Amino acid sequence: MVTSDKQKKLLILLGAALLLALAWLLPASGLLNPYIVQILMYVGINMILTMSLNLVNGYMGEFSVGHAGFMGIGAYAASILTVWVLPGAWSFWAFPGVLMAGGLAAAVAGLVVAFPSFRTRGDYLAIVTLAFNMIVKSVLENLEILGGPRGFLGMPRLTNLFWVTAWVLITLLVLRRLVYSNFGRGITAIREDEVAANLTGVDTRRLKLYAFLISAFFAGVAGGLFAHLLQFINPRSFSILKSTDMLVMVYLGGVGSLAGSLLGATIFTVLMEVLRPLGLWRWVVGPLLLVLLMIFRPRGIMGFKEWGWLGEGSSRGGRGTPVVSSQ
Amino acid sequence: MLQILGQNVLNALQLGSVYALIALGYTMVYGILTLINFAHGDIFMVATYLSLAAAVFLLGLPVGLPPVVVFIGALCFSMVLTALLGVVIERLAYRPLRQAPRVSAVITALGVGLFLENFTLGLLGPEPRHFPSLIPPGTWEVAGLTIIPLQLLIILLAAVLFVLLDLLVGHTLLGMAMRAISYNRPIVPLMGVSVDRVISLTFAIGSAIAAAGGLLYGLAYPVLDPYMGVRIGWWAFISAVVGGIGNIRGAMLGGFILGAVEIFTPMVLPSSTYRDFVAFSLLLLLLVFKPTGLLGRPVFERV
Amino acid sequence: MPLLEINELSHNFGGLRAVSDFSLEVEEGELVGLIGPNGAGKTTIFNLISGVFKVSRGTIEFLGEDITRWPSHRISSGGIARTFQNIRLFKELSVLDNVRLGGYARHDYTLLDAVGRRKNFHTEEERQRQRAYELLERFNLSPYADALARNLPYGEQRRVEMARALISGPRLLLLDEPAAGMNQSEAQELIRLILEIKKEFSLTIILIEHQMRVVLNLCQWVKVLDFGETIAAGPPQEIHHHPAVLEAYLGRDGALTEEDPERAVKAPGIIP
Repeated sequence: MVTSDKQKKLLILLGAALLLALAWLLPASGLLNPYIVQILMYVGINMILTMSLNLVNGYMGEFSVGHAGFMGIGAYAASILTVWVLPGAWSFWAFPGVLMAGGLAAAVAGLVVAFPSFRTRGDYLAIVTLAFNMIVKSVLENLEILGGPRGFLGMPRLTNLFWVTAWVLITLLVLRRLVYSNFGRGITAIREDEVAANLTGVDTRRLKLYAFLISAFFAGVAGGLFAHLLQFINPRSFSILKSTDMLVMVYLGGVGSLAGSLLGATIFTVLMEVLRPLGLWRWVVGPLLLVLLMIFRPRGIMGFKEWGWLGEGSSRGGRGTPVVSSQ
Repeated sequence: MLQILGQNVLNALQLGSVYALIALGYTMVYGILTLINFAHGDIFMVATYLSLAAAVFLLGLPVGLPPVVVFIGALCFSMVLTALLGVVIERLAYRPLRQAPRVSAVITALGVGLFLENFTLGLLGPEPRHFPSLIPPGTWEVAGLTIIPLQLLIILLAAVLFVLLDLLVGHTLLGMAMRAISYNRPIVPLMGVSVDRVISLTFAIGSAIAAAGGLLYGLAYPVLDPYMGVRIGWWAFISAVVGGIGNIRGAMLGGFILGAVEIFTPMVLPSSTYRDFVAFSLLLLLLVFKPTGLLGRPVFERV
Repeated sequence: MPLLEINELSHNFGGLRAVSDFSLEVEEGELVGLIGPNGAGKTTIFNLISGVFKVSRGTIEFLGEDITRWPSHRISSGGIARTFQNIRLFKELSVLDNVRLGGYARHDYTLLDAVGRRKNFHTEEERQRQRAYELLERFNLSPYADALARNLPYGEQRRVEMARALISGPRLLLLDEPAAGMNQSEAQELIRLILEIKKEFSLTIILIEHQMRVVLNLCQWVKVLDFGETIAAGPPQEIHHHPAVLEAYLGRDGALTEEDPERAVKAPGIIP
C-alpha cells in the first residue's frame, strides 16, 4: 500500500494521539493492573534513556559509558525544584517545565564531557565519561544538603503513563528529525571516519557538542520522570551499574537504530522484572548479557536498521534502488 | 608537625604500593592489547577473597601453622588462582574480540567486571568480611617515626615485585616479546612468537601481582566487601593513566602519586569524603591536557 | 595572485624531518604534479595543506587568505577538497549520503530548522539532494545511490570519493594517487576523466602520483620530492630526464637495465 507524504504524516499524528489517549485512559479506568502500568512507565523511561545514549554511542560511535550521571543530575535538579522551590499547587502544571529544567541541568553537565571528547576518542573518552559518572555520584553523596548517601525524598508523584508516553514520543520525534538531516549525517560520518569527516567540511567539534548536549538533556528528563515516579532518589541509583544497564539496552536493541532502542529498552526492562525472584542474582544478568552481546552480536538486534516509518523520509520520488543490506 | 608529615609519607608509601601493584596489571594489558581491562579491579577483589579463604582455611587447621607459613600459603594460593582467573577471562571474553572494534572490547571489560562484582555479591552476600591478622604486632621507632612490620612488609614486597617485573620486561625474551607485541602486533608471529601465549602470560602475571596486592591490602585494611574492587580498582586505574598507561615504571610512579593524593588530601581539604572527587578531577584534567600520562608515549594516526 | 601559495613549509615527526622548506605557487587553472619515492613527504604536504597536521613552520595562503592555522573543516568548506591514497569513504553510509556529506557545509539551515522541520529545511534538503543526484549521474553512479559505500567495487568507490569532493564546488582539488592500483587502460580512462572534470568544474588541481604516464600527460608543472626536500621542479619533459630524479627513484648506480638509464625510465610505460 503506497501512501503519500501527507497521508503518512496524518497516520503518524493519529497514531501518536491514540497512544496518548490510551496512556491517559487506561490507568485511570482501572482496566490495567497498576503493577503493569508501573512496568510500562519504567519501560518508557528506559526508552528515553536508551535513545539518548544511542545518539552518542550508536550514531556517533563514541564511548560514553557514564550516562547515568546525566540521569542523576536531571533527577536531582527536577526534585529540588518540586520539593524546595515550587509551591505545591504549581507542581502539577509545571511538571513539563520541571522536567525540562532537569534536562537543561544535565545538558550543562554534558559540556563537561563534550569538551574532552574533542581531543580524545575511544578508550580515553570511556575513562572521561566513567570519571564523570563517579564524580557526579561522589558529589551527590557528599552534599548533605541533598541528603547525601541517604537520598532525597518528598517529590510528588507527578509521573504517570501519559507523561512518560508523551516524552517518549517527543524524544523519538526530535531524535528522528535530527538523525535524518544534515546534522545526523554528519554525526554518523564522525563514527565512520572522523578525520575524513573533517576533511569533507563537517564541523566535528560543533556536532559532538550538539550530540552530547542533546543526549544529556533527554537523559536528564528521564531522570526527572524517574524521580517523580519513585518519589525517592539516592546517589546509588545513578552509579556505573545503571550506566551499564543503559549500555546493555543500547547494544541489545541495536546501535544506530531508534527502533532498536525502543526494542532494547523493552526487552531489558521486562527481563529484569521477570527475573525479580532471583534476588541479588538479578544483577548478574545485565553484565553477562552485555559480554555475550559484545562477543556474538555487537551490533544488536537492529544494528543500523530502522523500522518502517521511522526510516528515512519519503521525499525520494521513487528513485534509487533498494538498500543493499549490511548483514 | 614533621613527625605527622613523615608518618603520612609512610602511609602514602604503603597505600601507593598497593595501588601500584594493581596498576601494573592495567598497564601491562593496555600495553599489549591497547585494552583497558576494566575488570582488573574486580579481579583484585576476587583475589583478596581468595586470600581470605586460604588464610582462614590454613589458620583453621588442627596443626598450628606459624603465621609466616599461612601468609606464604595464602599468597601462593591466591596468586596462582588469580592468574588462572585472568587467563580464563582473557580466553573467554577478550580473545574473541581481538579483531573487533574497540568499543566492543571496552564494554565487554566493563561487563566482566560488573559480572564478577555481582556474582561475588550473590555468592557471599553484602556483609563485609574480616581479614585475619597474620603479621605479628609491635612497632619500631626509627628517627621519631613509628613503623609497624606490616607497613615494611608491604613496601618491601611491592618493591621486590616491581624490580622483578621491570627485569622481566626489560631483560628477558618474554619481556621482549611483550614489548614487541605492544609496538607492532601483526608481525610478531612472523618472528616465531606465539602472540596468544604471550598475551595469556601477560594476563597471568598482571593478575598474580594484583593478587599479591590483594593479600597485602587485606592485611592492611582488613574489611572486605564485593564492591571494594570498584573503589581500589579505579584508583589503581587512575594511577596507571597518570603515570602513562602502557608504561610499567609509569604505573609505579602513578601508584605512589595516587597514594599521596589519598593520604594528603584530608590534610588540605577538611572533609575526607572529597578524596574521590580530587582523584577523579585530577584524572580528568590530566586526560584533557596530557592524555598519555606523565611517562607515556604519544600516538600518531596515519592519514 | 596565485590561487595557492605555500612558503617554506616544514614538518617533523618526532625527530624525523618529513618536509623541508617546501614552497609552491599554483595559479588558477593549473595542474601541478607532486612526485617522489614513497615516504618523500608528498601526502604529508597534502595533510598540512588540508589541516590534518598542525603547521609549525611555514605559511599557506589560499585566495589571498592565510589558512595556515585554519581547522580542517574550515579549509574543506573554504574551497579545497581532496581525495585519499587509500579511499576514505564513510563505509556504512549509502553512496548518496557520502556525496551529500561532501556538501555538508553548504546545507543552509540550522539545527532548530531541522528539528522543527521548517519550510527552509525541506527546500534546502531537496536542493542538496538533487545536486547530489546530478553528481551521481555525472559519474555513472546513479544505480548505486542507495547502496552501502563499502559494497561497491574499487573503481566505483574512487568515483564516489571524487563526487563527494566535487559537490561542494571547490576551487582547488588535491588528488592523492588517484591511479593507484590501475592498469594502463584504466589509467588512460582516469587521465581523460581528470581533464574533463578540470574543465567542467573549473578546477585547479595538485596531483600526487607514481605512474609517470599519468603525470606526464596531465601536469603542466612537476615538483619532485625526496626525503622531504625538493630536488627538482619544472615541466614534465624536463623532469623525467633529470639526473637527480633518476637517482632518487633508481638509486645512485642503479638502472633497470645496465647501460641505458633513458631506457630504464621509459620502461614503466611512459609516453615518449
